[in-house]
Amino acid sequence: MTRDTTAGPAEAVTCTALAYTFGETRAVDGLDLSVREGEVFGLLGPNGAGKTTAIRCITTLLPVPAGMVRVFGHDPAAERMAVRRLLGYVPQQLSADAGLTGRENVVLFARVFDIPRRERADRVAQALAAVGLADAADRLASTYSGGMVRRLELAQALVSAPRLLILDEPTIGLDPIARTGVWDHINAVRAVTGMTVLVTTHYMDEADQYCDRIGLMHRGRIQALGTPAELRQGLADRRRAAGAPATDPLPTLEDVFRDIAGSGLDDQSGGFRDVRSTRRTAHRVG
Amino acid sequence: MSEAPAAPPTASADRTSDAGTALLLRPPEPRAGWRLLPARIVAMCAVELQKLRHDRTELYTRAVQPALWLLIFGQTFTRIRAIPTGGIPYIDYLAPGIIAQSAMFIAIFYGIQIIWERDAGILNKLLVTPTPRAALITGKAFASGVKSLIQAVVVIVIAALLGVALTWNPLKLLGVALTVVLASAFFSCLSMTIAGIVLSRDRLMGFGQAITMPLFFGSNALYPVSVMPGWLQAVSKVNPLSYEVDALRGLLLGTPAHLALDFGVLAGAAALGVAAASSLLGRLAR
Repeated sequence: MTRDTTAGPAEAVTCTALAYTFGETRAVDGLDLSVREGEVFGLLGPNGAGKTTAIRCITTLLPVPAGMVRVFGHDPAAERMAVRRLLGYVPQQLSADAGLTGRENVVLFARVFDIPRRERADRVAQALAAVGLADAADRLASTYSGGMVRRLELAQALVSAPRLLILDEPTIGLDPIARTGVWDHINAVRAVTGMTVLVTTHYMDEADQYCDRIGLMHRGRIQALGTPAELRQGLADRRRAAGAPATDPLPTLEDVFRDIAGSGLDDQSGGFRDVRSTRRTAHRVG
Repeated sequence: MSEAPAAPPTASADRTSDAGTALLLRPPEPRAGWRLLPARIVAMCAVELQKLRHDRTELYTRAVQPALWLLIFGQTFTRIRAIPTGGIPYIDYLAPGIIAQSAMFIAIFYGIQIIWERDAGILNKLLVTPTPRAALITGKAFASGVKSLIQAVVVIVIAALLGVALTWNPLKLLGVALTVVLASAFFSCLSMTIAGIVLSRDRLMGFGQAITMPLFFGSNALYPVSVMPGWLQAVSKVNPLSYEVDALRGLLLGTPAHLALDFGVLAGAAALGVAAASSLLGRLAR
């Protein structure tokens, strides 16, 4: 229960010089990050920037040395179970079990989070209703559309009342309407529960619209940090200082990203693993 | 999935209100340590039963092989009288062997499911719940035991229809159930251990195919240990399937058996299997 005294009580997640290496590849390389309680923090970057690896370190899926990560003051290296009880996690793949109904999918997570039997059914019903799946709850998840599966996964994550919701590429492979639907439900639930949201994405427009603060990640660390408006204004100021006319339109987040990551982004980014998992997701979405 | 309609983005607000969200604000209390393992076993077994309820195809297709063994092999060898069975008809002698074999076949491919769950992201999601790895593996092992148990019931019914004189003593049948579940737990852990090493469904299929027949023929399922050559007797001595068959024969037919030794070996093997599979689970989470 020790709190990181330097981070203060308002930090949901802190990473201090977080590093993780797969063989030769330094997936995360000195990541410093702090997510404030109650905000929607977007971790942005191209494929292969290290976003998913960072998420896996925070969610206790990858072992990290003590002192590198804190989740509400708990160190995953020492208090794995305490950290997990605070988390709702939605991985990149569409991960609902197609052989079960929507309700059974959520019941499983109610059980593994030790929700007592007397409130299990009610809690599951509330989680399903919160994502707009009350009517489809007793259909097999194999009949769900991609957007519905995503919302079902949100319900699975919400049933345990997490203080921190971690979403890894929540809208990957979804059509624009389903993407908006997923975000609408995230925001509706957040308005009620006040929970913190840590989300990774490579859709700059989504980050601009839905995130309170953004960390631009490239080559395993944060290259720029701020609100979307700050980041764009910062680039506009730099461009003006370099002699660009004041009439230029405000740059987009994508411009900011190109500015920070520099050239060579296309051949740097991604890897077979990412392509494969993205394809897998795309395939499952249909 | 592709033809399913996209989710209407507006459904959230009105739906949220009628089920309420009060329970989603309150995190559940952690369960007392000793109650965690049984709770996880129940959760995993419930999933297995729900899946079987939605799709019974497996139940029927898996009944074909044991039925053929008993019908063709069993009836033919009963006539030939080539195998010393201690005075009982060969088909009676064979029935417990086929129960054990068909239950093992289910368990030995259980690792395929865990690789599928890893590819689908389900495993990662379960690993971010307050479930220690050993508890997750034990839960899965018992879930496989439930599947095998249903298979055993089917084979027992087939055997009874073919006129095999089996016991109907409920205590002995309870012992049969325990035997099947313990052995299944071991074989499924063996499968999940291999899954943790090979990390791919295709390779696991290959391994499964390669070891099932040696385990089957290197046991007392088809013939007594006494007629085996010396080296095969040694194999049979370290083969948990032999202990399973010995216990099943003793319980179902009343032949002389070493029940204490059988249960001891099966429980020990299951515990070892859980330890091995949980220590390799981290490789699947990576």
